Amino acid sequence: MLEIRNLVVKIADEDKQILNGLNLTVNDGEVAAIMGPNGSGKSTLSYVIAGKEDYEVLDGEILLNGENVLEMEADARAAAGIFLAFQYPLEIPGVATMTFLKAAMNAQRKARGEAELLTPDFIKQVNAAADALSIDKAMLRRPLNVGFSGGEKKRMEILQMALLQPSMCILDETDSGLDIDALRIVAEGVNALRDKSRGFLVITHYQRLLDHIIPDTVHVMSKGRIVKTGGKELALELEKSGYAAYGEAA
Amino acid sequence: MAAVQETIDQVKSIDVTEYKYGFITEIEVDKPAKGLTEDTVRYISARKNEPAWMLEWRLDAFRRWKTMTEPAWSRVNYPPIDYQELYYYAAPKKGASPKSLDEVDPAILDAYKKLGIPLSEQEILAGVAPENRVAVDAVFDSVSVVTTFKKELAQAGVIFCSISDAIQEHPELVRKYLATVVPVTDNYFATLNCAVFTDGSFVYIPKGVRCPMELSTYFRINEQNTGQFERTLIIADEGSYVSYLEGCTAPKRDENQLHAAVVELIALDDAEIKYSTVQNWYPGDAEGKGGIYNFVTKRGDCRGKNSKISWTQVETGSAITWKYPSCILRGDGSRGEFYSIAVSNGAQQVDSGTKMIHLGKNTTSKIIAKGIAAGKSDSTYRGMVSAHRKATGARNFTNCDSLLIGDQCGAHTIPYIEAKTATAVFEHEATTSKIGEDQMFYCQQRGLSEEEAVALIVNGFVKEVLQQLPMEFAVEAQKLISISLEGSVG
Ligand SMILES: Nc1ncnc2c1ncn2[C@@H]1O[C@H](COP(=O)(O)OP(=O)(O)OP(=O)(O)O)[C@@H](O)[C@H]1O
Ligand SMILES: [Mg+2]
Repeated sequence: MLEIRNLVVKIADEDKQILNGLNLTVNDGEVAAIMGPNGSGKSTLSYVIAGKEDYEVLDGEILLNGENVLEMEADARAAAGIFLAFQYPLEIPGVATMTFLKAAMNAQRKARGEAELLTPDFIKQVNAAADALSIDKAMLRRPLNVGFSGGEKKRMEILQMALLQPSMCILDETDSGLDIDALRIVAEGVNALRDKSRGFLVITHYQRLLDHIIPDTVHVMSKGRIVKTGGKELALELEKSGYAAYGEAA
Repeated sequence: MAAVQETIDQVKSIDVTEYKYGFITEIEVDKPAKGLTEDTVRYISARKNEPAWMLEWRLDAFRRWKTMTEPAWSRVNYPPIDYQELYYYAAPKKGASPKSLDEVDPAILDAYKKLGIPLSEQEILAGVAPENRVAVDAVFDSVSVVTTFKKELAQAGVIFCSISDAIQEHPELVRKYLATVVPVTDNYFATLNCAVFTDGSFVYIPKGVRCPMELSTYFRINEQNTGQFERTLIIADEGSYVSYLEGCTAPKRDENQLHAAVVELIALDDAEIKYSTVQNWYPGDAEGKGGIYNFVTKRGDCRGKNSKISWTQVETGSAITWKYPSCILRGDGSRGEFYSIAVSNGAQQVDSGTKMIHLGKNTTSKIIAKGIAAGKSDSTYRGMVSAHRKATGARNFTNCDSLLIGDQCGAHTIPYIEAKTATAVFEHEATTSKIGEDQMFYCQQRGLSEEEAVALIVNGFVKEVLQQLPMEFAVEAQKLISISLEGSVG
């Protein structure tokens, strides 16, 4: 369970406050969607949860299963179960995707005091996950994300999520850049991971993703705060009337 | 991932600010007066009991050097070197010119032990299978203190000794080949080396012999304000093969130390020389204080038909590196290779690369250069590929990649290509990539620690070159690279 209380965050090197007392809870087994205008702070929120260093937390707390993660380094948070599918996945030159996946899985296992994965088991898991997401095996030998298309990068994020089995999955605009078929494949990938012990925070601008990944709750974010919370019908309403009602220009 | 893990463990066990090989060995040394005059040259020659021809050769070089000026075309900056403020010779007093290991000053043996280079043959034999044995020539400041496995090598007809011994015992070979690849007046530093070179290794592999073990020289600069002028000459006679490895370290000192080496390789018909370097001279501190100035001329001559010379280098040390191991592809069908990893961090400056000079028909060459720059360092790859009018069918493939860690470092690629025959095929590929904080965060978000992430990216980047090194050195080199880059991100 993820609990965020009164989170106030500013950019580390600037006097710019982005999150202004944000409250949000995502229960185990819940799929929560966040929608909100450009620049309202959605990506910032995801980065702060994941532990990016460019931000300064001025107030509030972030608890994962009751434990304050603000004290933890990003890699420790990952090992504790936080996963972020990036809005813009980064390219890692020279490191074959396979090599990266194995290193990441083993690093997390090690942090949790588990034994290293045996290579045959690893290969089996990767192949199964790649098949489910229709990812060509040849791509796994290429350096991670280098020269991948926008949609391929997004799919690769979900592949990593499937392999790392996090307990709190944050998806930042995973639907952008996906064609219609890929959107369905990725959504199925996410749905396959839905589980009563796993929470999801799905950041998106469009109902079309939520047609496939049906949320339990929808939050509206504006100017660094959650300003409205409702059920899946809230997304449909936003699709129609925009954010004007929340003090934002349409 | 075992290797990556090992790298990380190694990195963790080391104090970041401590260059591991930075210790100083306290011994008494023989030194001439500071400065460089004809008398210095005579002193060095006399100390080595050199024949008259050798002294004359040195003096001639010295006179020419005095008329030359230091080159200024490279992308490195350093205050002018005062050649009169240096010592040009330093030899351990105790057990000068030792005949066996027993006569070597124990403090020196101890120093090599600390560096992980046992010099006692019994010790080496204890843990190592015969096929993995490595014969070592240990050069401490200006003299070779010991050369191991000389007897075993002699049985195969291989000569492996210090260049000083070679001048005494094999003058005909030395006179026949010395300075035939790097002429005396080749460049300022090479000419200086001719005048004052002190020690280095000599290798001769006779016709048809495959050298039964790896040969290596381990250079250690210990004395303060003392230049090391190493001279190495390797000759592979027809149809022979040798693999040679050079390692270097120096203590941590606030002053800069000068290292100006000349290495010449000669491969006759169908012979092959594989020359590997793991250069780990003290790089100076993060602000650029201290460290070795490494001005080196290394050149191989594929003199015979179908001969082959390959240079593999892993460069992590030195404040300044100025080094272009090259191949002259004279023999028809000969082949030159250059595999390089140059790592720079802190305030290090690297200007390095290679030259492939195609003279013979159907000669081929390959260049794989990987530069990694971190901190405030600056790295330049300078490569020249040329084909002579008669070098029909010459082919070269060059791949030159730079990896920047952080945003305060710089990498530059300067290729020179010159084909005087229309039949030459030269291919050039170059890439530059960068590891920034965002990439580091991405890796950490997946569970990798900062060290693991750097090791992973760097290992991926240098793999192709490391594969060229003999196994045990590849592992060493990999560790060295990670250590050099410790603390370079974030
Ligand atoms: N490192 C930074 N330096 C300066 N400003 C920043 C930084 N990171 C975020 N911002 C600013 O903070 C605000 C929120 O950005 P954020 O990326 O969180 O918005 P978002 O809700 O994800 O928008 P979008 O829907 O366009 O993805 C924006 O005004 C952005 O310019
Ligand atoms: Mg965003």
